[in-house]
Amino acid sequence: MKGNFIDNLPKIYGLYTGGFVVFILLMAILEQVGVDAETIGILFVLFTVVIYAAIGWLSRTMQVDAYYVAGRQVPAVFNGMATAADWMSGASFVAMAGGIYFGGHGYLAFVVGWTGGYVLVASLMAPYLRKFGCYTVPDYIGTRYGGDLARLCAVIVLVVASFTYVTAQINATGTIAARALQIPFEVGVWFGLLGILLCSMLGGMRAVTWTQVAQYIVLIIAYLVPVFWMSSKQEFGLIPQFAYGDAIGRLAELEALHKVGEMKPTEAFAGVRALTIEHATAGASALANWKFVTLAFMMMAGTASLPHILMRYFTTPSVRAARTSVAWSLLFIFLLYFTAPALATFTKLQVLDPNLATGIIGKSFSEVASLDWIQKWSNVGMLKISDSNGDGILQINEFFMRGDIVVLATPEIAGLPFVISGLVAAGGMAAAMSTADGLLLAIANALSHDLYYKIIDPSADTRKRLIAARVLLIAIGAAGAFVASFKLTGILGAVAWAFNFAASGLFFPLVLGIWWKRANREGAIAGMICGFVAGTAYLIWVRFMGGAEFIGLDHLRFGIVGMAVSLVAMVIVTQMTKEPDEETQKMVDEMRIPKGATVLSSDH
Amino acid sequence: MTDVSPEVRAAHWAKTKNLTITVLVLWFIFSFVVHWFASDLNAFSFFGFPLGFYMAAQGSLIVFVVLIFWLASRQNSIDEEFGVAEEDA
Repeated sequence: MKGNFIDNLPKIYGLYTGGFVVFILLMAILEQVGVDAETIGILFVLFTVVIYAAIGWLSRTMQVDAYYVAGRQVPAVFNGMATAADWMSGASFVAMAGGIYFGGHGYLAFVVGWTGGYVLVASLMAPYLRKFGCYTVPDYIGTRYGGDLARLCAVIVLVVASFTYVTAQINATGTIAARALQIPFEVGVWFGLLGILLCSMLGGMRAVTWTQVAQYIVLIIAYLVPVFWMSSKQEFGLIPQFAYGDAIGRLAELEALHKVGEMKPTEAFAGVRALTIEHATAGASALANWKFVTLAFMMMAGTASLPHILMRYFTTPSVRAARTSVAWSLLFIFLLYFTAPALATFTKLQVLDPNLATGIIGKSFSEVASLDWIQKWSNVGMLKISDSNGDGILQINEFFMRGDIVVLATPEIAGLPFVISGLVAAGGMAAAMSTADGLLLAIANALSHDLYYKIIDPSADTRKRLIAARVLLIAIGAAGAFVASFKLTGILGAVAWAFNFAASGLFFPLVLGIWWKRANREGAIAGMICGFVAGTAYLIWVRFMGGAEFIGLDHLRFGIVGMAVSLVAMVIVTQMTKEPDEETQKMVDEMRIPKGATVLSSDH
Repeated sequence: MTDVSPEVRAAHWAKTKNLTITVLVLWFIFSFVVHWFASDLNAFSFFGFPLGFYMAAQGSLIVFVVLIFWLASRQNSIDEEFGVAEEDA
């Protein structure tokens, strides 16, 4: 191919997408000639992981700006895809549709929160941070406010938030690898980590960028194909996302028929639950509304504070590209997020509707118990049916499952070929790996650039800096895998905590550094420490000490407390101390206009 | 320091602030206000969807995507108007 790599990007990824489609067709042919489902699953996961690793190898570099910000030459659309992959984690891919299945309208607060946050990123943060020219988020905090202490506080918040998040992602890669490759979970975790490190270690941000684009393509195909397929089988038309309104109406009838919410389960089984919440009914009380908006708000503020997302916008060629890139990111994310509620609706319809061949609720218990997919998922503990009242009929309160099944088992529930299940496994793997990559890199870069180079050894040469970055990457990855192998928290809880940690400590110091020229070092340090400590203390109080929730703020929303304290502390301390020097104020002026050189040069 | 006069900087920033406030007001409405009234909105039907559900599952999301594209293009024209856009972008 002629010309340089960047100019050829559409061609390269076009070929890649075509190649992936050919691979899917090949797998479909293998299935037809009698290759079993397990082998197809293994081929899907191995093939895609090897491709990512190859991209990681081809993107290796020993240049500082290529390692930290991909040479600042990632076009807006491609950076949008990379951000979308970076963003959509195992939780979005595997758990979101299941969350909506069980949680109904209340759960949609995550959907609103995880998209609306990008409005904050675009309007308050990304273009200004791009103009600043920093390599990491603590790099910006440390330079804007000055001093090692501010930088160190930012590093600590970043590490806590991102590490919480990355263990959940490594956990997810381990779960998927273990299932697809038929290996124990503990081995799966280390296999997942190996794949993640191969993508990021040699090429840093450059390698992560180009693998994330590849991972986005796999994950979005894997998410959309089963939904389109299923909806065309049920005759909801070509774009089911716009046409499932009637399905919601039908669900409401079925909920009345099966007494959803009225018939509570009389038994409990670990890890699985029965459906008790109506699909589209919104809470009518002020407290329910408050819980919806506070959860959405925390997810938004967290989006705008999580360093692995913000640093993606450091890689665009210009401030202007950074802005449009946020828009592209959200468009690519939207494709999955507006599909998840549709998927949850279709799956629920499949299970509940007695007129459909797939419906199981209200059918005879022994008939349901003999279904292939019921047996298969029961065997791995993700599903449970129990004839609690002994009437020989399966009622709504006798069918228990784990939310993740909605994505993982839907192809089987709807009777789609095995090849689709393999595709879904590869998609889940891509989602978890791409997020883990971004998070690990954010942590390792903050430690190597901000802690090691800026604070501990400013005389280190390029070689030494980049070797330190890689050693840290391996060490943190290993620590993450080690923690993940204990399976401490559920995937979704850990993810929500990461957002709350990041927003408690970083949101106001980041925003006010741009939008309030008066903001100074003392204020920022107070904001980071007080916000982070208050949020964490509140989390420990409600989650582990049995403390009473303050106006419905539970452990998923502890950042509301942290952010409030952070804002108050930052404003009061800033007002009590003297304003920043003239040089800092000029720095802020420079951030606010796109024209001219970045505030920090590329050899800083 | 980039060669832009303080007056131009101030005027550019004032306009940028106005745009940002407009965007944030719309963001606030579609992030929180609409969903606060989800239960009431569910009484209305939109292409067969209960409206409150539709807004949380799709409507607000579409608004956010359009809003950011609009913000990007508005901010670019503001930058060009005051001559502070990047030269070769």
